[in-house]
Amino acid sequence: MNPLRRFLGTPEAVAGAIILIALFAMALTAPLIFPGDPQAIAGPALLPPFQDWLLPLGTDRLGRDVTAELFHGARTSLAVGLAAAAAALVIGAVVGTLAGFAGGLVDEVLMRVTDAFQTVPSFLLALAFVSIVGPSLGVVVAAIALGAWTGPARVARAEVLSIRERDFVASARVIGMHPLEIAFREVLPNALPPVLALSSVIVAAAILTEAALSFLGLGDPNRVTWGGMIAEGRAVLRTAPFLSIVPGIALVLTVLGVYLAGEGVVETTAVRRSLS
Amino acid sequence: MSSPLLAVSELTKRYRRGGQTIAAVDGISFHIEPAETLALAGPSGSGKSTIARLLLRLIEPDAGHIEFEGGDFLSLNGAALRARRARLQMVFQDPLAAFNPRATVARVLGDPLRVHGIASRRERPRRIAALLERVGLSADLATRAIHEISGGQRQRIAIARAIATKPSLVVLDEAVSALDVSVRGQILQLLLDLQREERIAYLFISHDLGVISAIAHRIAILDAGRIAESGDARAVIDAPQSAIGKALVAATPKLTRTSMHDAS
Ligand SMILES: Nc1ncnc2c1ncn2[C@@H]1O[C@H](COP(=O)(O)OP(=O)(O)O)[C@@H](O)[C@H]1O
Ligand SMILES: [Mg+2]
Repeated sequence: MNPLRRFLGTPEAVAGAIILIALFAMALTAPLIFPGDPQAIAGPALLPPFQDWLLPLGTDRLGRDVTAELFHGARTSLAVGLAAAAAALVIGAVVGTLAGFAGGLVDEVLMRVTDAFQTVPSFLLALAFVSIVGPSLGVVVAAIALGAWTGPARVARAEVLSIRERDFVASARVIGMHPLEIAFREVLPNALPPVLALSSVIVAAAILTEAALSFLGLGDPNRVTWGGMIAEGRAVLRTAPFLSIVPGIALVLTVLGVYLAGEGVVETTAVRRSLS
Repeated sequence: MSSPLLAVSELTKRYRRGGQTIAAVDGISFHIEPAETLALAGPSGSGKSTIARLLLRLIEPDAGHIEFEGGDFLSLNGAALRARRARLQMVFQDPLAAFNPRATVARVLGDPLRVHGIASRRERPRRIAALLERVGLSADLATRAIHEISGGQRQRIAIARAIATKPSLVVLDEAVSALDVSVRGQILQLLLDLQREERIAYLFISHDLGVISAIAHRIAILDAGRIAESGDARAVIDAPQSAIGKALVAATPKLTRTSMHDAS
């Protein structure tokens, strides 16, 4: 059975994939369906959902279109989640490869640095970083990556430690290849599969962290974010609970979708690897 | 007096195991002349692979000297060592483990050419095709992945990779042990042809005296990290003096005494 059919045969994975596809569709179509500033006033304030079919999810305290905000928020969530996870995976893979391949003092120093980063709760780290540097999309991405690269680094290092003892690495040394080329061209690509298996968890965590930062007012002020919407809705939680509930549901579904689809991919590829 | 291609003296490598130190290689000396084949024989664990890895500087000795092509090989480091590696190559026992699982044949053969600046990017495909032909393979094989080809083809590729940089000495650690008997004969013949035409010397490591008698000029029999006896390959195999030599000969079924050197 090919991996795609096996993936489609797993209901959880399919559910995750559908959520993700919907999310990507929202993110990609947001500027087409809702052109212009999603933070502009679009109607009367605090319109409940399902009253006006032009404003299907109603409006917030200032009369902004909640549907438009939700779509544009999907863009921010996905962009930050994917960028932060990619950065964390790249940093982790490079640090882990250098530590595992070089060994000795380099390994010692890099792993102590990794320990240090791992000891500080990643959310506190992100919080501190954004507070100091100031909120913008790039800073938020960097702040989240800063707390997320240690897992990939440890997995990459463990994998590299076993790969570097293999004959093909000795063979690369024998032909006179430079150690850095051996580390990054011969060893690293073979160490990647278990590192990449971490991506779904990291993306999901990054999306949550972004939402939490935005909730605390430390997101990019020029962008709509789900965390920011939840925070906004908090002031009128009793009279208009949907303002917090709608972005909250979107957030939960997104994290769930990323996780389920990611697990599905890992599962199907792991089965394939154990079969071959 | 002309110096030999390779002169090893008092080479020692110790390993600690459970608080106890064992000498895997214990003060070994030998030499190899140009275009000569020296066989290293010995039972499993006698230190053969350790010697190979010491010669290739994959591990560092605790004591001893290695002189290669008239220079101190152990004093080389960094870029100087990498450059010198072109002249001293190795073929590993398991041809599958010795290649990056993601590599293609073209990459495996192109790497040494690129690393040592032997062929420009444009010339490389032609040089790779010539190497493949040199070891009796079709040039079409270049685009194949390493895991797609047969074990015998793979070992030919390993030999092609080893001779790509025109080495004067190739260390072969049990290079034919994993192959079928029929394929083994072809690979041995290829090694003999290459030696005759390109004057390559071999350090041929094997526990199989049958194979050794087919290819080696001289032999050194190892036992627990020391050389038990050495000399002309045929003479030693015909009439071993050491206990370990006698045991190895006795363990080799119907040893063919005819060398392939006579046949060719
Ligand atoms: N990395 C190592 N650590 C500890 N002991 C080793 C190591 N490599 C080899 N040895 C020991 O050195 C001895 C010689 O091993 P080796 O050179 O592989 O023998 P051979 O190739 O002749 O079978 C063996 O006793 C082996 O257990
Ligand atoms: Mg061995």
